[in-house]
Amino acid sequence: MHISVQSEFFDFSKEVENFSSKLDNIGALVTFTGIVRGQKSKNLDYMLIEHYPGMTETQIKLIVEETFKRWKICDALVIHRYGKLEPGEPIMMVATAAQHRKEAFEAAEYLMDYLKSRAPFWKKEVLNGEGNWVGAASGDEAALSRW
Amino acid sequence: MIDLIYFSWIRERIGKSSESIETRATTIIELIEELKKKDVRYSEVFSDLGSFRVAINQELTNFDASIIEAKEIAFFPPMTGG
Repeated sequence: MHISVQSEFFDFSKEVENFSSKLDNIGALVTFTGIVRGQKSKNLDYMLIEHYPGMTETQIKLIVEETFKRWKICDALVIHRYGKLEPGEPIMMVATAAQHRKEAFEAAEYLMDYLKSRAPFWKKEVLNGEGNWVGAASGDEAALSRW
Repeated sequence: MIDLIYFSWIRERIGKSSESIETRATTIIELIEELKKKDVRYSEVFSDLGSFRVAINQELTNFDASIIEAKEIAFFPPMTGG
């Protein structure tokens, strides 16, 4: 299990390489990377991400532990950033490794659904110099019920 | 003394990120009612129970929860990780 809550930029291809190089005898590796949507779509200046230090790390650890209980996965990686992020920069990533793709895909989706609604992060979009807190999407909470 | 911590628009509207308080409240909902009487900023922020969440000692909980053992209570909007 690898968890990092950080303000620093990360290179997802290097993270995947690093994560997979430590694994032995796996048959499937699934990754997801969330990216700050670019300026073309809505003229975003930048994004500010706030979090709850302490609770963030504990919550992510609990979510990852639950993922291990529910699926036969070999390892999991979660990186989540906070602070000021420019359009096009990676916000977060998850990676799951398993013997088979079904477990790896489902575990990654489960991780994403829970990180979205249960990890204490809040996003503020700054558009044309004006800040707006991003509300939770109506489907986010509902997405948890399928698990 | 209990530490209250505020995040996101709750922090902005109350005008501080944290404060230490003495309270006679025994549950979250009692504490919220007490805060609402203190200042109009609190009554505005806490007017809609559906618009925010609460954590006691860094654990997500509900509004009926006891705060007898609470050292740290955080108020924040629904989380938007990922």
